[in-house]
Amino acid sequence: MKRVRFQRFLYLSLAGAVAAAAGCSGTSSGSNTGGGGGGGSTANVQAITVNTGPTAAPPLNSPYINGAFTSVTVCAPASATTCQTIGGILVDTGSSGLRILSSALTISLPQQTASNGNPIVECLPFVNGITWGPVQTADMTIAGEQAKALPIQVIGSSNFPTIPNACTSFGAPEDDLSTLGANGILGVGNFAQDCGTACTMSGASNPGLYYTCPAAGCQVTAQSLSSQVQNPIVLFPKDNNGLIIQLPSVTGSETSVSGSMIFGIGTQTNNGLGSATVYTIDPSSGNLTTVFNNVTYQDAGFLDSGSNAIYFLDSNTTGMPTCADATFWYCPATTQNFSATNRGANGASGPVNFSVGNADSLTAAATVGVANGLGGPNPGTFDWGLPFFYGRNVYTAIEGQNTPAGTGPYVAY
Amino acid sequence: MNSRITHGIFAMLLLPFPASASLGGDVTSVQTDQAKMQGSLRTSSNNTYTIHEIQASTGVAVKEYVSPAGKVFAVTWQGPFHPDLRQLLGTYFDQFSQAEQAQRSQRRGHGPVLIQQAGLVVQISGHLRSFLGKAYVPQMLPAGVHAEDIR
Repeated sequence: MKRVRFQRFLYLSLAGAVAAAAGCSGTSSGSNTGGGGGGGSTANVQAITVNTGPTAAPPLNSPYINGAFTSVTVCAPASATTCQTIGGILVDTGSSGLRILSSALTISLPQQTASNGNPIVECLPFVNGITWGPVQTADMTIAGEQAKALPIQVIGSSNFPTIPNACTSFGAPEDDLSTLGANGILGVGNFAQDCGTACTMSGASNPGLYYTCPAAGCQVTAQSLSSQVQNPIVLFPKDNNGLIIQLPSVTGSETSVSGSMIFGIGTQTNNGLGSATVYTIDPSSGNLTTVFNNVTYQDAGFLDSGSNAIYFLDSNTTGMPTCADATFWYCPATTQNFSATNRGANGASGPVNFSVGNADSLTAAATVGVANGLGGPNPGTFDWGLPFFYGRNVYTAIEGQNTPAGTGPYVAY
Repeated sequence: MNSRITHGIFAMLLLPFPASASLGGDVTSVQTDQAKMQGSLRTSSNNTYTIHEIQASTGVAVKEYVSPAGKVFAVTWQGPFHPDLRQLLGTYFDQFSQAEQAQRSQRRGHGPVLIQQAGLVVQISGHLRSFLGKAYVPQMLPAGVHAEDIR
């Protein structure tokens, strides 16, 4: 019963999210490859919208703040008819791989299995919780780009209701709309796979993200790189070395703003690096270095469109109090202006000027989906969340992929 | 004190250890953690506390801060994945988990974990391939030890 009710509200909110997503036309698709004739350009631009997202509608009535949402089309592999376009998908440069709530998915996709035929299920640790669910295979289409036979995670599937203790030991589940805050997550970060080589290992070196789940129960398993949930961009036939996220400048709070996700870096006339500065990142951690008030935070900064504020340092270091009712945000009496310096592993460095306003004021109205100046504490580190992306073109180059500025991984802006 | 700890490590090699709390637990829980993580253990100490550093083969490094009374008053971790927080936070895990979920819904979006309760502080930041965490019980800090000393 709980489940029936839950599905109903998801449909409602999904409809709302699709309607709200600018430029998101059509709710189903057959083959929209869009890769026109003549060997010319591919349609590589996807609309994104920062707004209150799919959780804003009843019954949740919980507007998301600073979430960049888009839609993706998933089809059963090689099918032109078993397809679904899903809106309210959070664009996340802090992770890699497509994850969709099972409650938002109405089509059936094939289950990935191990060589012994047992289903593969994943436990994906985010900073503030985990997603648990089976790995399934889909053809994913976004703008004119297609990732065929893409391993994705379906979150919260009723086929695998029991989450292993070892998985919830990484954090609490984000397995429904209320806890995930989106119908899915499109991870388009610097890494080609979500886990990488660690998950290909056996024994104690394996961090325990992939499981085989026969009826008797789930066991951690080694998972090859190509079978892991991966960054869909890598599987595009072209424009597969990264992306640009383009969002307009924002002053204070707004209901909604529209921007673009442009696939490929230097592959077409619309995605060149131009005057952007390339900051290479640590290939293991994905981090760069940030300097603030002459203190160097080595390998402790990252650009993450999936974080909803600029989370940095602490009250003592920044001189700003946290909010009384929301200690994870800063609440200065007046807007504070800061300057930090980001430095790449390649030695490139440049200033970042940003401001932090009073979070209570910025988020007071229920219609607010966009809040520049939202900041919060994050002792010792710099999480450059979505407000960093406002007014910038932010490039994310994927590890191992060639670009006109060298091989990824790097970020540029 | 050092010799007592060395003795404890020896004992770990010979005896099965009961699952016991880490944060808030006593020093034997350090060895439980090491056994579970199948990692190497390095110990260092100053005048006010001892640090046990466990390097797991997954690349996750855990430090457990032990007071002169033999209690784990703080833990930190760093690495590409989370450590087993249920094991590491011990009896504080449920309190952490509830606070994490409450904060997530209040935040209306995703971001690092920052739990600041009277009896428990937990900070987790980063992203997959690079996590950083710290947890301590303020009341258990030995005299003269400040939160900034835990890193």
